[in-house]
Amino acid sequence: MIITVKLFASFRSGRFDIKSCEYPPGTTVADVADSLKLPQGELGIMMINSRHVKLERVLVEGDTLALFPLLGGG
Amino acid sequence: MDKIARIDMGAAGGPKVTVGGLGDYAGLGGRAMTSLMVAAEVHPLAHPLGAENKLVISPGMLSGTTGSMTGRLSVGCKSPLTGTIKESNAGGQAAQVLARLGYAAVVLEGKPATDDIYKIYINKDGIQVIMDNSLKLMNNYPVIEKLRKEYGDKVAYMSIGSAGERKLLSASIACTDPELRPTRHCGRGGVGAVMGAKGIKAIILDDAGMKMRPPKDPEKYRDANRKFVEGLRKHPVTGEGLPAYGTNVLTNVLNEAGGYPTNNFKSGQFAKASDLSGETQAALEISRGGNATHGCHRGCVIQCSGIYNDKDGNYVTKQPEYETVWSHGGHCGISNLDTVAKLDYMDDNIGVDTIEMGVTIGVAMDAGLAEFGDDAGAIRLMEEVEKGTPLGRVLGSGAAITGKVFGVERVPVVKDQALPAYDPRAVQGIGVTYATTTQGADHTAGYAIATNILKVGGDVDPLKTEGQIELSRNLQIATAAIDSTGMCLFIAFAIMDQPETFQALLDMLGSFHGIEMTGDDVVALGKKVLSAERDFNTRAGFTKHHDRLPRFFYNEPIAPHNQTFMMKDEELDEVFNW
Repeated sequence: MIITVKLFASFRSGRFDIKSCEYPPGTTVADVADSLKLPQGELGIMMINSRHVKLERVLVEGDTLALFPLLGGG
Repeated sequence: MDKIARIDMGAAGGPKVTVGGLGDYAGLGGRAMTSLMVAAEVHPLAHPLGAENKLVISPGMLSGTTGSMTGRLSVGCKSPLTGTIKESNAGGQAAQVLARLGYAAVVLEGKPATDDIYKIYINKDGIQVIMDNSLKLMNNYPVIEKLRKEYGDKVAYMSIGSAGERKLLSASIACTDPELRPTRHCGRGGVGAVMGAKGIKAIILDDAGMKMRPPKDPEKYRDANRKFVEGLRKHPVTGEGLPAYGTNVLTNVLNEAGGYPTNNFKSGQFAKASDLSGETQAALEISRGGNATHGCHRGCVIQCSGIYNDKDGNYVTKQPEYETVWSHGGHCGISNLDTVAKLDYMDDNIGVDTIEMGVTIGVAMDAGLAEFGDDAGAIRLMEEVEKGTPLGRVLGSGAAITGKVFGVERVPVVKDQALPAYDPRAVQGIGVTYATTTQGADHTAGYAIATNILKVGGDVDPLKTEGQIELSRNLQIATAAIDSTGMCLFIAFAIMDQPETFQALLDMLGSFHGIEMTGDDVVALGKKVLSAERDFNTRAGFTKHHDRLPRFFYNEPIAPHNQTFMMKDEELDEVFNW
């Protein structure tokens, strides 16, 4: 299945900003992070289609997954 | 900090300075000082620009010490924008210098009989109030340039621009940064108009010959400060994200979450948000020889700011904050960072709140004064404010006034203060804070974004109502306390996640005063401040019916979540029920 992965802030270094990726059915957020060598401890904000999700969430065809490190501001 | 200076601008024969002890205000600083004093001494029905209002300027409880992050200065008064009590705080050098000079507060009182303008010079020998009409209607950058020739570079400056002199309701008070740029503003609520009404153009703070404020237990204080700094450095937000990208790292986050108010709150996502993002901004700043990591005051270890240059490498402004990039950017359909930087410079120079001003321009765009996405149109409207034309005075008086004058229904304000950069329909928790804070819509008063969106300090679903009341209540209490310490609010990211860093903060507060501080003491301080503020607002005529968002947030769902603000009125009324 094809999903769109968006990376932000320091996660972009040596990777990409946005990319269409092919993953097997049943792939979780944790699987995607592993495939991109993003340590789970550094994951701060995870969203699928603009909603926050957890690591174990299973992706489906057409999803957009956004991954951010822990961030703050205001 | 063992004295309070009162300057009566209306005294017969000219301004009169009285320096006294702390009295009932012993031990207070920052927001606790400004709010308790305004609540006790200002008539709640006073006209904010009249003789009965007071402008209270107070460094935080730990300002002027060797403690890191202690450079916040609070300014308080009855707000001409909201009619409520107001505390507006800023970084820059002023708090540290004023605290080392020994003043827990400088209070501007009364009303001058003439339209002369004055500057106040404070040094180790005392306070002078000097008439200087040569500064009339000058803006902040040229004023500081002129004053530097007279007072030099080893001082801190506070000033108002032309907006403050014109008593515009969005007028700010500028504090200089370590390089003496007037870029750190007590922005919200029109505090600059109150300073203008007192006839004060600038305050020069000179701490030559003064020492750091000594803690009661120096060894424990030093140790606590070291642990505190370690905690800030090791937390990913305060140690990595904020230094590298600044607050504007939030553009992509809020846009992705569908909570980025676009084109005056008509959508929760902006197609061109990426062009405005912190990632883009930091790369641009570095490529132009600017700086993406800069502290607003000495002793800051987070260094969330930066320097924004033009394409030729010339200084334009400090790194615009997330709220500014949003208000002048996505809120107005503008996606060019150079336009935002120019507007940020104009805000700082004229001396207006970037949130109020940007939101107002978006409301003006809804009224047809310019198209959304019209960069030149936005600049033209700001030039009206700079010139002080009738249109400029309307715009400079904020979103509520502008909406009324031009017949706009969608005006994002609470208690007439403009909403910041988070849509309450997509982030229900921040809507609770906007509605109920004593200050008018203000994100910093109880930053529910942390747990709703950033997942720092806990996890509350931003699209649901559950848990939001308690969250906002606890954040508002904690914030009122932090705003009193002189600490930058950004320490909250680390102390919410790391108990040992919170303990280090308690130990700093305790060892400075030679007492034991507990978390309960901090909560008690926060409640005391909020209670005084609420009491003032009640006496000023505010009721629970003012603790609501504009109706369009309840009636118009917003994409992509197609939700409205769902908190019930009865729930909002429980925020201060402790």
